[in-house]
Amino acid sequence: MNAVLRVAGLCKTFGGEQRLFGKPSPPVYAVQSVSFSVAGGEVLGIVGESGCGKTTLARMLVGLLPASSGQIKISGRDISDLSGETGGCGRHIQYVFQNAPGSLNPRKTILQIMEAPLIHLLGMAGADRKARIAELFDAVNLRREFLQRYPHEFSGGQAQRICIARALAANARIVVLDEPVSALDVSVQAQVLNLLSDLRKAYNLTYIFISHDLAVVEAISDRVAVLYFGSIVELGKAGDVFSGPRHPYTHLLTESAPVIGKPLSIAVDTPGDPPDPLAPPAGCAFAGRCDKAQNDCRLNKPTLTKNPGEHHVRCFHPLG
Amino acid sequence: MKRRQSVLAVLARNRPATLGASLLLVIVTVSLLAPLLPLHDPNATDLANRLLRPSLLSGNPLGTDHLGRDLLARLIWGIRLSLAVGIFASIIAAVSGSALGIFAGFFGGRVDNLLMRGVDMLMAFPYILLALTIVAVLGPGLLNALYAVAIVNIPFFARNIRGATVAVIRREFVDAARLSGMNNRRIITVEILPNVAPVIVVAMSTTIGWMILETAGLSFLGLGSQPPQADLGSMLGEGRKLLITAPHASIVPGAMIFIIVIAVNLLGDGIRDILDPRLRAGTLSRPAPLTHVRRESIPEPQSGYLLEVQNLHTHFIASGRVDKAVNGVDIEINAGQCLGIIGESGSGKSVTALSLLGLAPSPPAVITAGGVRLEGEELLSANFSRLRSIRGKKIAYVFQNPLATLHPLTTVGAQISEAIRCHRPVSKHSAWAEAVNLLNQVQIPNAAARARNYPHEMSGGMCQRVSIAMALANSPQLIIADEPTTALDVTVQAQIISLLSRLRHQQNMTLIFVTHDFGILAQLCDRVAVMYAGRIVENGSTEEILANPAHPYTARLIECAPRLGKGRRVLTSISGLPPAGDQLPAGCAFASCCDRSTERCRRGDIKTRPVAATHSVRCLYPLGCAP
Amino acid sequence: MRRYVLKRFLAVVPVLLGLTLIVFLIMALIPGDPATAILGSYATAENVEKINRSLGLDKPLAQQYLIWLSNILQGDFGRSYSLNRPVLDEVLDRFSATLILSGAAFLLCSLWGVLIGIWTAARQYGWTDRILTVAALTGISVPSFWLGLLAILAFSVHLRWLPASGMFAVYGGGGMVDLLKHLILPATTLSVVATGVIARLTRSAMLEILRQDFICAARAKGLPEHRVLYLHAFKAALVTVIPVLGVQAGFVLGGAVYIETVFQWPGVGLMLVQAISKRDILLIQGGVVIVAVCYVMINLMADIAQHWLDPRVKT
Repeated sequence: MNAVLRVAGLCKTFGGEQRLFGKPSPPVYAVQSVSFSVAGGEVLGIVGESGCGKTTLARMLVGLLPASSGQIKISGRDISDLSGETGGCGRHIQYVFQNAPGSLNPRKTILQIMEAPLIHLLGMAGADRKARIAELFDAVNLRREFLQRYPHEFSGGQAQRICIARALAANARIVVLDEPVSALDVSVQAQVLNLLSDLRKAYNLTYIFISHDLAVVEAISDRVAVLYFGSIVELGKAGDVFSGPRHPYTHLLTESAPVIGKPLSIAVDTPGDPPDPLAPPAGCAFAGRCDKAQNDCRLNKPTLTKNPGEHHVRCFHPLG
Repeated sequence: MKRRQSVLAVLARNRPATLGASLLLVIVTVSLLAPLLPLHDPNATDLANRLLRPSLLSGNPLGTDHLGRDLLARLIWGIRLSLAVGIFASIIAAVSGSALGIFAGFFGGRVDNLLMRGVDMLMAFPYILLALTIVAVLGPGLLNALYAVAIVNIPFFARNIRGATVAVIRREFVDAARLSGMNNRRIITVEILPNVAPVIVVAMSTTIGWMILETAGLSFLGLGSQPPQADLGSMLGEGRKLLITAPHASIVPGAMIFIIVIAVNLLGDGIRDILDPRLRAGTLSRPAPLTHVRRESIPEPQSGYLLEVQNLHTHFIASGRVDKAVNGVDIEINAGQCLGIIGESGSGKSVTALSLLGLAPSPPAVITAGGVRLEGEELLSANFSRLRSIRGKKIAYVFQNPLATLHPLTTVGAQISEAIRCHRPVSKHSAWAEAVNLLNQVQIPNAAARARNYPHEMSGGMCQRVSIAMALANSPQLIIADEPTTALDVTVQAQIISLLSRLRHQQNMTLIFVTHDFGILAQLCDRVAVMYAGRIVENGSTEEILANPAHPYTARLIECAPRLGKGRRVLTSISGLPPAGDQLPAGCAFASCCDRSTERCRRGDIKTRPVAATHSVRCLYPLGCAP
Repeated sequence: MRRYVLKRFLAVVPVLLGLTLIVFLIMALIPGDPATAILGSYATAENVEKINRSLGLDKPLAQQYLIWLSNILQGDFGRSYSLNRPVLDEVLDRFSATLILSGAAFLLCSLWGVLIGIWTAARQYGWTDRILTVAALTGISVPSFWLGLLAILAFSVHLRWLPASGMFAVYGGGGMVDLLKHLILPATTLSVVATGVIARLTRSAMLEILRQDFICAARAKGLPEHRVLYLHAFKAALVTVIPVLGVQAGFVLGGAVYIETVFQWPGVGLMLVQAISKRDILLIQGGVVIVAVCYVMINLMADIAQHWLDPRVKT
């Protein structure tokens, strides 16, 4: 596989520093040894619920947050080397935020916002910038007169298109999309998802698509990683993972997703909350919620093991 | 530039602010013109004419002081001095305090810690005492008083601006700027400063009045301006000695300080109202306990439904705009049924739910037409105490965000007991026992102990169970659940839906379930009402609508929701956006997005028509029917 | 809770250290040496050196601070040269007078301020709201020293209802009634500004809370409106009002300087103003330290009260 992004043993720990008085604050392991690689032109979906470390992972991938340990390599070069270049790693990897209106500075015009990456990352001259912005706006189906307006004048869907255009401006080949459609209504969500698919084909982009919504991830991804309590618990082809989940957590997720024509199948008293991050369990993080859990699950941490068909599962007793 | 003009325009509409601004303008103009005005020399003594009383006819309209100096001249020159000192002090404090605040907030960590500890130390002194101490060190004098007042105000600015900076840094656009290749210096000047500027202005507008008062105070104590030079404070201080023989010498300068400060504060309040986003968003008005009702007639009852909503119109009326959020909604529900109301954001589904018991926030909401009947009793014309006895007793609500809808400072057990005790005369003790019992019913493990928890000590799913328990407390005839699972994770959502479904069947509960998700609807509800732009466009049994949607909007909405198990694909989408509630077109609101629409769709009022026994649609060309 | 109180008490220690350090440094910065100020025209090189040595001024600054700190911890604030009396005795005498005045003013302003704030929020845009809102704005804009003079003119000079100055009548004074008569005017004047501030902030805190979801939910439960306003909303608003009360306690304590001057109330404020004009450094130092420590303690109590009320505040 020709990997454009390779992540190995990535960890992020918050807290744990020695304080002036008293005990050190307890460390919280937000992301724990996450490894994966993504091929050029591929869409890797990352699924997880709130607090599973999705956003922390995403922010590390684009260099907004330093990793505690582990490596991130873009086209074979370490991200820390890229950060040293002018403009940092923004030329290689870009980010689209969940809250699109919030990611546009309310006191700048759309033109000023669009010009920033062209000036600071690519050092483009005025005329070139104008042409490039026009091209980008055509690509995301936005009218050019929007450029003179301020962010508050746009709907959520339009704002997200502007953000996508800005992410494309720097000519980065990889785009991390952090819940890009979660704040949008279903009808607009479909427009943006289709636009993303078209852009990927047109520009041969690679996406890391993060979402809590399984159906949305399934609609756009080639492969899927399921994140639980900071670790990947299942990784494989989207079809395999969703139609034949092997980790009990993935199974719970697919069963929980409300689907027309599927009856309710989740018991009211299913233990519903992930463990306390300040007091992580010794064994598998999911053991407390898993009806298949046995003694070994509670004592030892399972590792991510490879199964036929590039289907990785972190479980001692996988399903199927 | 367009923005700035509108700010001035808004300010002009604020009458107190305009009053303050004009007062200030007059005072500033007069004091600036002081050298040109035909005034006496403010320092020329004339012992023959000491302590003259104010008189418009004499050469000294405000009288003279103990040295025979003209008080009018001294007053105007004093204003000059007081204003200049107040303004300079506030500029010094604002610039240095804001610089410290931005610096500490932006770099965070140790720098922040050190700077803010220092600020805390300074704030450990009572404000005036610190100013006094600084003057004690620097020695009396107007300039020293200025420095003292400025230094004392630096912590206030530093703290506020640091808070604002930290809030801005957390916003996504700063990260976006970083990814656009900007360096720290550019981010501070281009991204942070413009967004923090309103906070600086607001902080200045609150402190400038104070600073004028404080410098006047120091001068009054004899620590500010030194004779013969006089600002308003020292005039007051000198006048005080002759309080009984010549009260005008102290009353006039004091009144002048008061007028200046109140003008500054009036203007400051106006500026704050415009720049403070919280005030701007909701014009800081509190919602009344009951939605305002202004309708011309009450619809006649139809038949014996449990709940009957007829032609309900709830409009948001604010500053000349009328947002027709709910624009003619009819709902009927029988005991034991579960009706799902589905729609996108802004379709009016939540406002409909809130309007039933007068909970839509007024202002700006006004119910302009229609009626709501529970077992034949008209609720919108009921008086407040009658309505209150229905709220929570006959009709109960479950809201979207459980953490925000439970009182943050009260234990969940106490909140449920309260709901019980406000409708039934039960002892505290047995209400608590009932509350624990209810928590058991919604399957909260270890209910007796959990009842003593505060909402923030529970997860979102547990909080929502508490809300459901509270809704069940008085065995209501109807429960209205307004997107109760939208804020929850999928796995938790599935549990809550299962819980609601079970309770519904166990207790033969009647339920109105507001949602935007067809999947949940299919699992829980037996009837569906689809809302679009404030109206119900389709209404029928769940199976019927999911299998054969008749309205083009319903069909599109079902198709464009990605559904698990369908694999990677291109999704159907709806082009265009729903019209805003204040500019609804004539005819069908969906016409401009619909591929079946004709000219007829854009005219007149489109009526609901039946397409099957339990299925009606508001469309001229429904799917699967001859036009 | 007990742990939190203990923790807060411990956290006060560095604040007090910093506070004394600031006072010490400010005083050390005073131009001209105290010896010359003390000796005045008797200053000879020999005398100056003697005084300097007795004050410990020939040692390095850090050492001076430590000596001074250990002295004040033992209650030795030095001797006031202008009064020729130990600083601590003088300050404590004066401080009780200040505490009576500002305590009374604080009670008035917190009571009236909170009441007006709730009342106006509950009746937003009614005529009482408008009148009281204007009154609160007037309150925060009026110079308290001027208001004091007007009060003396009106109630002492013209109406002759209340005494204009001092704490007790010079002849035949003493006793509770006499004190109260002397207290009414200065305490009321001192409370006006703080009342305005508290009323305005309470009003906006209440209005903010009344827009929250849990108020709508409380109404949906069928609670009577007075319970929604005065229990649910006020309880939540108190969390923001209590720190405001703490800050206002400082304003009242500091504002006493003006009021004591106007009404010749024999408190620390009046003492400080006189000490500044005589450049009696040790007296200024002692007065400032005692008042500031008192203010720190008031804020500590406000913190603890807030924590007791709001279980969300993390320790």
